[in-house]
Amino acid sequence: MVPLPAGALWWPIRRALLVADLHFEKASWFARSGQFLPPYDSEATLRRLTDCVDATGAAELWCLGDSFHDSGGVARMPAAARALLDRLTARTNWTWVTGNHDAALDGAGGHIVSDADVDGLILRHEADPGDPRPELSGHFHPKISVRVRGRSITRRCFLVTESKLVLPAFGAFAGGLDAADPAIRTAVGNGATALIATDSGLLRFAVPS
Amino acid sequence: MLAAAGAGDHALLVAATGAGKTLAGFLPVLAELIANPDHDGLHTIYVSPLKALAVDVQRNLTGPVAEMQLPIRIETRTGDTPSDRKARQRVRPPHILLTTPESLSLLISYPDSDRLLASVRTVVIDEVHAFAAGKRGDLLSLTLARLQRIAPTLRRVGLSATIGDPESFQGWLAPDADAATVRLVTGDPGAAPEIGILNPDGRIPWSGHSGRHAVPEVYTLIKAHRTTLVFCNTRGLAELIFQDLWAVNDDRLPIGIHHGSLSVEARRKIEGAMADGRLRALVCTASLDLGVDWGDIDLVIQMGAPKGSSRLLQRIGRANHRLDEPSQALIAPGNRFEYLEAQAALDAVAAGELDAETFRPGALDVLAQHLMACACAAPFMEEVMYREVRSSAPYAGLSRDLFDRTLNFVATGGYALKAYDKYRRLVREDGGVWRVSHPKFSTQHRLNAGIIVEATMVKVRFKNGRTLGSVEEYFASTLSSGDRFHFAGMAVEVDRLDGSDLIVRATAKSAMIPSYSGGRLPLSTHLADRVRAFLATPADWVRFPDQIRDWLQIQQDCSCLPKPGELLVESFPHDGRHYLVIYGFEGWNAHQSLGMLLTRRMETAGLNPLGFVANDYALACFSLDPVTDPGGLFSADILETEFVEWVANSHLLKRAFREVAVISGLIERQQPGQRKTGRQVTFSTDLIYDVLQRYEPDHMLIRAAWADARTRLTDVGRLAALLDRAAGTLVHQRLDQVSPLAVPVLVMIGRERTAQGLAEEAMLVEAEALAAIAVGGPDFGRGD
Repeated sequence: MVPLPAGALWWPIRRALLVADLHFEKASWFARSGQFLPPYDSEATLRRLTDCVDATGAAELWCLGDSFHDSGGVARMPAAARALLDRLTARTNWTWVTGNHDAALDGAGGHIVSDADVDGLILRHEADPGDPRPELSGHFHPKISVRVRGRSITRRCFLVTESKLVLPAFGAFAGGLDAADPAIRTAVGNGATALIATDSGLLRFAVPS
Repeated sequence: MLAAAGAGDHALLVAATGAGKTLAGFLPVLAELIANPDHDGLHTIYVSPLKALAVDVQRNLTGPVAEMQLPIRIETRTGDTPSDRKARQRVRPPHILLTTPESLSLLISYPDSDRLLASVRTVVIDEVHAFAAGKRGDLLSLTLARLQRIAPTLRRVGLSATIGDPESFQGWLAPDADAATVRLVTGDPGAAPEIGILNPDGRIPWSGHSGRHAVPEVYTLIKAHRTTLVFCNTRGLAELIFQDLWAVNDDRLPIGIHHGSLSVEARRKIEGAMADGRLRALVCTASLDLGVDWGDIDLVIQMGAPKGSSRLLQRIGRANHRLDEPSQALIAPGNRFEYLEAQAALDAVAAGELDAETFRPGALDVLAQHLMACACAAPFMEEVMYREVRSSAPYAGLSRDLFDRTLNFVATGGYALKAYDKYRRLVREDGGVWRVSHPKFSTQHRLNAGIIVEATMVKVRFKNGRTLGSVEEYFASTLSSGDRFHFAGMAVEVDRLDGSDLIVRATAKSAMIPSYSGGRLPLSTHLADRVRAFLATPADWVRFPDQIRDWLQIQQDCSCLPKPGELLVESFPHDGRHYLVIYGFEGWNAHQSLGMLLTRRMETAGLNPLGFVANDYALACFSLDPVTDPGGLFSADILETEFVEWVANSHLLKRAFREVAVISGLIERQQPGQRKTGRQVTFSTDLIYDVLQRYEPDHMLIRAAWADARTRLTDVGRLAALLDRAAGTLVHQRLDQVSPLAVPVLVMIGRERTAQGLAEEAMLVEAEALAAIAVGGPDFGRGD
């Protein structure tokens, strides 16, 4: 499997692309309370996703939960973003794995499952610390800060342990949670490695415990 | 002042600290109130940049008023005032209200503000010099325009410390920017201060900014005086000097420390000790540039160069608040250039020449906040509001297009994609009348309004919970467990970063990390000109110590010294690298920006640049291959495309955008006490910037961020001046070895953090190589 710089995971054997925490329509959710964030977040996220599909030729697409920021998101999505989404759900075999934000995905296209077992890999939204099977999940929006030359550089990252992999958030406005946060440690255990995918290769950093 | 008041004129009173300015400002007010004891409602509003100052003025006024048994009520209204008292003040206002620019802006956002403010006769603005040219000045100016509309006969009175260019402040104060309508009143300058340069054993080090070498001398002076203020240019330096002083404090003299990162309790405690005369010395920073008067200070010492003559004069003014006695002050220069700068400051003060403030067009994020405040008070006509805004000096040149775009931003975000019309905060009715769509938006505005956007701060505390203060999140993020730094007057060792707390323990080991540099000030243009004049005039050198004179003489013999208006550039090989040193004298900010741009050009030219260092006087770039034609590197078109490209891709613009996003009301402030928890992290303004920049690069907020990046963050004006000189008068000296003038900047290499050079990604690759960890677990990383 190949972590891509954009934040998606590419599974060449199945020609499947996996992403987590798209948080579509986060901006318009905040706009309802008078915080007018730029209404282009879904479009930006979908364009990046389209680029990944174009580059890999993916036939399957798995969204590992929290795809819409809230249950009204599907209805609020602007036309330009909606057209991009429709094109992708038509092009690929698209599955929404539901997460804690995904109350209603009706009318969004694709299939809806709560979790899935794909060739022995468990796909779910939030890592289950009690499940020993190999598992891919999202939910935590992991990021890591790397100290170098007196500076600190923070990037979204993948987290891997013996049997679990947590994907970074893919959504344009999705924030991050430090990879060393106790909440993440509780879910995936100690000794995780953070992976930052860059154009110059995959970088590995130990997560401080 | 009484004459100006009698004529009903606006007035600007310029006087030295300690000349009784504030009382002079109030004299006509008290006279009027005595003459008209039946004045109904609010009569005078006093605005100060500091809450503490408002409280202090209340104390100083209440005494005499009570003694004279005058029926005048005086109250304060700041962020600290309880809300029930604020509500009561709106119903039953005092005669004199003492407040801050932010609190006054909030006051005008209430629906009853018209009625409340209609009776106001005078507004007195204290310490105008300290904030008029910034965003708080923009906000107050807009608020004054509003007050003037509500109370047309309102008289504006500005009080200022000695300033270089009173006319521009008169213009700022005046309605419609008409400086002629503001009468300038100049106070008695008082006795000239006695300033000297501290120069122990005639030795000035090559490098450093702190004047640490002079600490034993400083300690002797503290012993010989009643109370000494020791000013440092950054908080980190204040911590170092404090440590150094205690290391030699054999007599256990009470010496304290005060700066903006310390906890409020720690600051109040030290201020109390100072007011009671219990301290012999206080090491402090710009946090004490303004503020409450302490009578007993008899010596001010400036550690490192003063950076500007106005600032020096204001700091000296903290000593000896009696006009008939001269203030005593000493400067401890940190290096040889700083010696020249100290001498330049002395000469400037003696000649009465002060730095001029740079006024720039009013900020759009501030305008957005003000428009929302006005809408909260009452519906307004767009035409009338546009005229009112333009009567405020910083916005005199505001185009109708920008005004409309800002208004639309307040209403619905102002995006080309009209996605938010149904969530609008303001509704436009027929005839161009705008009103708030729901009262909840007024409440929201009052919670979020304000101009000061703190960097995200991390609390510094012990494991037992005792809080020492806070440091910028950026600084905290560069620390690892075990790192040591100076804070709150002690050496501390990092235990861990726990959420938004940095847990530390006290340590006896010495601190290794160069401390955080909060608040670095660039050298003023005016002092830079004087330093350049020194270099060009060998006849002046007799005034300098032997060491400085020899330094300049050898420079003249083996290279040359620039004439005024010339730009000297030296190139020489040293230690296997090639150096290019540019003596720009345009301040650290402009040199830093130029360093970024030049190294990029050197990269393109295949010269293999390795990095650069900059200080206030010079910039040194180093590379594997020599620069043979510096003229080509400096062509002025660098500001057109390369500068724009660099800023757009740097963190500068994102930093500016964060502030703009908060002030304009795009995102809500983190309320104090509200902590980020788990996944409920707030959105990052960096992400918002990336999307907005891509989809609507012409948006008003991007424009506002650019305005900040160009002025405050890169000093593009001074950079342009430098490039202008380069075009006409560049003098290139090819040398075989390091020149004496280059030494002070070259010795900084390796001590300064490199802020540039490698792109982030290359740095990450380097960090991974350093970490060189083995990866276990399933083979997720190989493309199988």
